[in-house]
Amino acid sequence: MVAASARLWKTSPLTYIALVLGVLASIYPFYYMFVIATRSLDVINSVPPPFTPGDAFGDNFQRVLDNDAANFLKGIVNSVIVSTVVTFSVVLTGTLAGFAFAKLRFRGRNGLLAAIVVTMMVPTQLGLIPLWGMMQDLGWYDTLYAVTVPFLASAFGVFMMRQYATQAVSDELIEAARVDGCSTFRVYWNVVLPALRPAAAVLGLLTFMDTWNQFLWPYAALTNDNPTLQVSLAFLSYAYYTDYSQVFAATAVGTVPLLLVFLFFGRQIIGGIMEGAVKS
Amino acid sequence: MALATPARPAPPAPARAPRHRTTGSAKRARWDMKFSPYLYIAPFFIIFGIFGLYPMAKTAWMSLHDWDMIGDHTFIGFDNYAELLKDEYFWNAVVNTLGIFVVATVPQLILALFLANLLNRSRLRAKTLFRMAIFVPNITSVAAVAIVFAMLFQRDFGVVNWLFSLVGVDPIDWDAQRWSSWTVIAFMVDWRWTGYNALILLAGMQAIPRDLYEAAALDGANQWRQFWRITLPMLTPTFVFVVVLSTIGGLQLFTEPLVFGNGNMRGGTQREFQTLAMYMYEKGINSLNTAGYGAAIAWALFMLIGVVAAINLALVRRTVK
Repeated sequence: MVAASARLWKTSPLTYIALVLGVLASIYPFYYMFVIATRSLDVINSVPPPFTPGDAFGDNFQRVLDNDAANFLKGIVNSVIVSTVVTFSVVLTGTLAGFAFAKLRFRGRNGLLAAIVVTMMVPTQLGLIPLWGMMQDLGWYDTLYAVTVPFLASAFGVFMMRQYATQAVSDELIEAARVDGCSTFRVYWNVVLPALRPAAAVLGLLTFMDTWNQFLWPYAALTNDNPTLQVSLAFLSYAYYTDYSQVFAATAVGTVPLLLVFLFFGRQIIGGIMEGAVKS
Repeated sequence: MALATPARPAPPAPARAPRHRTTGSAKRARWDMKFSPYLYIAPFFIIFGIFGLYPMAKTAWMSLHDWDMIGDHTFIGFDNYAELLKDEYFWNAVVNTLGIFVVATVPQLILALFLANLLNRSRLRAKTLFRMAIFVPNITSVAAVAIVFAMLFQRDFGVVNWLFSLVGVDPIDWDAQRWSSWTVIAFMVDWRWTGYNALILLAGMQAIPRDLYEAAALDGANQWRQFWRITLPMLTPTFVFVVVLSTIGGLQLFTEPLVFGNGNMRGGTQREFQTLAMYMYEKGINSLNTAGYGAAIAWALFMLIGVVAAINLALVRRTVK
């Protein structure tokens, strides 16, 4: 029996070959991005195409910076501002509401929680056109309010924090704090928030990356005068679609921050995603 | 409104100076227990109500009007929807959306299942490394993915056509036909999502009790039989989750075809790859005087997602039994 189960679960060399192929397919486009970003245009437009990085990145990126049409630097600054603000707010509102749903009793709790789960399934594009009109009416069109305020709280954030708080925070601890005279907010701040920290960190990372990568809404609500990074990239790629090295230099610069985040926190991010899948 | 700063945490129940200390604080505590929960969940419901629910309802209202974003609104009942049914560009967008969805999703889910099964082997070395590597495409922005893949499939200097030339195939003008543009867009979608879905499926596989497999092995079931008879049926809930998420996301496809077509909202010169989301944008935002018609497209898209998700659910439930 031991032999049988051992044989069945063995990893063969074929397993590794298939996995390595999968890894190469995942990595190659990144590699290719850096190859094109560091090559001059005449090298790119040759046959066969280049397969190794060059040294023209400085030139290429200088053209991006000199380019008034795309406002790339402003796009980076805007993306940093928007992603940071949204991330902090989503974590704060998510942990607060998650704590309330997991640990406090109140009328309508289950119904409201179910409503939150339902909103996660609703396609966001459904409200796009009126939301766009609303931005015009509020005077938020082409301002950072338009891409920040609607995202300050997320159903996913509330739900994820609720799931985690249910099992990570012990009722006894909360009860003890309450007996000591803590208000619910002090319980949240001193007991619940520290316990939620690992999950809140994952939520923060996911929210940051998601906001950084948002496209459709910023594209509708902003112009190339005041873009986010992704919007700037899109305009750059439309206008300079023959100057690939410039477009790729910008794309690479926009991707590196995410790669760094993933390099440091990839394990937590993956853990959070896989855990979330099993629970929901 | 201080909108540039994140929403402040809801303050604790306001405390009035109590006359008698004990009764006052007891009252305060009761007040706190009763109303604070609503304060804590309020930020989400306020934001969602204003920027989520209200626009959705307004989309429905707008779709019953001849609605000019900066002009008149005339109530016309279901005329927009009646016109949709006769609109060849609408049906073109429906075909493109569904076509790209099938071309992208079927191979993606099969591949994800295959990868998850490989990663589920016990005693696999470098587990974390493999997981991180197949997940990493998911962290890139869709715009970046579209830019990179558009170049890979570029007609004159792209790597793909160069590889084809080595085996004697003439260069393909990828964005000029339906099938070829769909293929490129499917590659963009699959590259970004296959690893993500593989990890979700892997999580589901790891929740399956191991002794089921050992019992099956004792009965002489080989790996394939185990996969069909144990892994797949036990994986159904996770698989349903992945399929529904892929449906909701896949049918809203927008960025990949837009960037691939250099920002042309019509998706190619002959609308070869214009999706429903792009058509909605074209009618509802690019031309302001047809906003009502755009809103009708938005609801049509929503209904399409509902129908396809329901069909997929039924299919999955039936196949894996």
